[in-house]
Amino acid sequence: MIGEKHRDYYAGGLVALLGVGAAVIAFRYNIGSLTRMGPGFFPFYLGIILAILGAIIAATNFFEVAKGPPAPGMIPKVDPHSAMQTKPDWRGWGCIVGGVLAFIFLAESAGLIAATFSCVFIACWGDKTAKLRDSALLATGITVFGVLLFSYVLKVQIPIIRGF
Amino acid sequence: MNGFEGLIHGFSIALEPQNLMWCFIGVTIGNLVGVLPGMGVLSAVSILLPLTFGMKPVAAILMLAGIFYGAQYGGAICSILLNLPCHPPHAVTCLDGYPLTKQGKGGVALGITMMGSAFGAAFGIIQMIFFAPYIAQVAFQFGAPEICSLMLLGLLAGSTLAKGSPLKGVAMTILGLMLGLVGTDINTGVERFTFGMIDLSDGVALVALSLGLFGIAEFLRSVNNTAPINMAHTNVGMRDMRPSRAEMAQAAMPILRGTVIGSLCSMIPGTGPTIASFVAYAAEKKISKTPERFGHGAIEGVAAPESSTHSSVQGDFIPTMSLGIPGDAVMALLLGALIIHGITPGPRLIVEHPDIFWGLIASFWIGNLILIILNVPMIGIWVKMLMVPYKFLFPSALFFICIGVFADKNALFDVGVTLFFGLFGYLLLMLKFEPAPILLGFVLGPRFEENFRRALIISRGDLNTFVDRWISATFLSLCVLLVCGQLYVRLRPKFPMAANVLGVVALGVIAYLNYYVAGIVLAIFLGQLFLSSRANKKPATPEPVATNPARVAGE
Repeated sequence: MIGEKHRDYYAGGLVALLGVGAAVIAFRYNIGSLTRMGPGFFPFYLGIILAILGAIIAATNFFEVAKGPPAPGMIPKVDPHSAMQTKPDWRGWGCIVGGVLAFIFLAESAGLIAATFSCVFIACWGDKTAKLRDSALLATGITVFGVLLFSYVLKVQIPIIRGF
Repeated sequence: MNGFEGLIHGFSIALEPQNLMWCFIGVTIGNLVGVLPGMGVLSAVSILLPLTFGMKPVAAILMLAGIFYGAQYGGAICSILLNLPCHPPHAVTCLDGYPLTKQGKGGVALGITMMGSAFGAAFGIIQMIFFAPYIAQVAFQFGAPEICSLMLLGLLAGSTLAKGSPLKGVAMTILGLMLGLVGTDINTGVERFTFGMIDLSDGVALVALSLGLFGIAEFLRSVNNTAPINMAHTNVGMRDMRPSRAEMAQAAMPILRGTVIGSLCSMIPGTGPTIASFVAYAAEKKISKTPERFGHGAIEGVAAPESSTHSSVQGDFIPTMSLGIPGDAVMALLLGALIIHGITPGPRLIVEHPDIFWGLIASFWIGNLILIILNVPMIGIWVKMLMVPYKFLFPSALFFICIGVFADKNALFDVGVTLFFGLFGYLLLMLKFEPAPILLGFVLGPRFEENFRRALIISRGDLNTFVDRWISATFLSLCVLLVCGQLYVRLRPKFPMAANVLGVVALGVIAYLNYYVAGIVLAIFLGQLFLSSRANKKPATPEPVATNPARVAGE
C-alpha cells in the first residue's frame, strides 16, 4: 500500500513526530537536573533521541546504507505472515475493528452472551469466503464455551445478560 | 542451595499435582499454538497471562514458560509438513524440511527433529542449572550504574540483533521505554502522558499492549492474506517417524553442533532462537562437504537448526532469571508476569524464590518429556490441527483477546487500549517496523529510569559514574562494540574509508572504557585479517551464505 520507495520517509517521519511530541509534552513536566531529575527528564531526552532517530531513518532511505542486506535465499518466500496486503482490505479491517467495538459496547450494555456472539460473528465476516451458517455456528459455539469458561469457571466480572 | 539440592527441591515442587497439571496445560497449549498457522507465542502467552492472576506464582510461571517451549515443538511440524514458517525460529527448517516431505520423508524429518529437540533442550537446561546461579552470584555486586549499563546493553542487543533494520529496532525500543513511563511517576507522583485519562494513571496494561501489537495487528495483516494450505503430504503417523540407522548417523553431529551454537547464541543477550537457528543452518551448510544438497532435503539442514532452537530457547531463560534482563519479547512478557505476581526479577530471585527458579527448571525436564510423549505417538492429532482454517481461528482468538484483556483489571477501557495498539501496530508493520522490541523497552523502562536516577543521585549528577566503575564500563564498551560493529559491517562495502575511521575511533573509545575488551576485539580482527589474507592466496572459495546475524555473531 505504501510504496517501497517512500516507505522509510513515512517511517522516519512517524518516529520523529512521536519523539518531538513526547519531548514537547515532557517539557511541561519538571525536567530538573542530572543531580535532581524531575519527572520530565527521562521522557524529554528519550523524545529527543527518538526524533533524531526518526531523522536518521528518513535519511538512510536516501542513502540506503543502514538497511539490512537482504538475506539471499535464506528465508523461504512463502511466509504468509510477513507479506503485506497489496490493496487496502477495508472489509477485513472493518470487521475486526467492529468485532472489538461490538464487544466493548455490548459488554457494557447487554452482557456477555450478546457481546461474545456479536464479537465473533462480526469478525467472521472479515473473511471474504464467510458464510452465514458457518459464522453463526462458530459464534454460537464460542459463546457457549466462553460463557461456561469465563462466567462459571473463571468468574469474569461481566453479567451474562444485562438489562437495557 | 547447590545444583543437586536445588533440583530435588525443584522436582518436589514441579511434581505437585497442581503444578504438574498447569505445566501439562501450558505445553499442550504451546504445542497447539505452534501448530496452528497464524497464531503466535506472544499472543498465546498474553491471552493466558490474565488468567494466571488467580494462580500461585510458581504455577503461573511454569505454565507460561511451557507455552513458549511447547510452541517450538509444534512450530517444527508446521514448517516441515506445510512449508509454512508460522513461527520465526522454524523458518529455516522449511528449506530442507519441506523437500524431505515432498520426497515422502516428512515423518523421518519430524523424528530427527524430535531427537534434536530433546537433546538441545536437555543441554540448554543443564546449562541453565550451572550458569544461572553463578551469573546471579556475580550480579549481586551490581549497583545502580552497573544495572543501568547492563540494561542498555540488553536493550541495544535486543533491538539491533533481532530481525529487521537495526535503526528501526532501536526506535521501537525507545518507543517502548516511553510507553513504560505512561502513568504516575513513582518518585514524584506526577502523571505523565495520561492525557487526562484516569484509567491511564496506572500505566498501560502489559496485556493490552502485547495483545494489541501481536494479536490484533497480526489479524489485521493476515485476514484474507494467508497462503492456501497444501495438505497433500500431511498423512504422517508414528511409524513414519523412525529414522533409519544411516539417517541417525548423518544427523548426530549436526544435532551436536546445532546445540552448541544454540547455547552460545543464548548467552548473547538479544539473540534468541530465531538467530540461533539461522546461524546453525548457515554453519552446517558451510561445514558440509556437499553444500549443494542443502535446500533439496538434507537431513542436516533440519537437525541442526531445530536442536539449536531448542537449546537456545532453554538458555534464553538464563539472563531473564539470573539478571532480570529479558533477551526477547517473550521473555519480557514472562518477566512482566513475574512483576505482576509481586516478584522482583533480578539476581536475588534464585535465592529469595528458590521455588520459582528450581521449580521452573524441574518443570522444563517434565515439560519436555510430556512434549515428546505428546508429539511422537500422537503426531496424527497435531497434523489434523493443521487443517483448522484461519477464517475460524481469528474470530475466536479475537474474542479471547477481548475477554482476556478485560479480565486483567475488569476494565473495558483496556480493551479499547488494545484496539488502539492493534491499529498502531498495524501501521508500524506497514512501515516495516518490528514491534517486538517495544515490549522489551516497555518492561524494562520503569526499572531503567529508576536505576538511572538512583545512580546519578548517588554520584551527585556525575555521569562519570558509569565509566569509572569497571563492570559498568565493560558493559558500555560492549554497547559501543555492538553499535559500531554493525555500522562497520554495513559501511564497509560502500565507504571503506569511513568504515575504517569509524573502526579506529570505536576501538579508541572501547580501549578508554576497558583495555581487555579492546584487546580481544583487536586480536579477533587481526586474526580474521590474517586468515582472510591467507585464504585469498588460495583459489577463491565460494562465499558461504552469510546472513547478517551470522556475521555479527561471528565477530
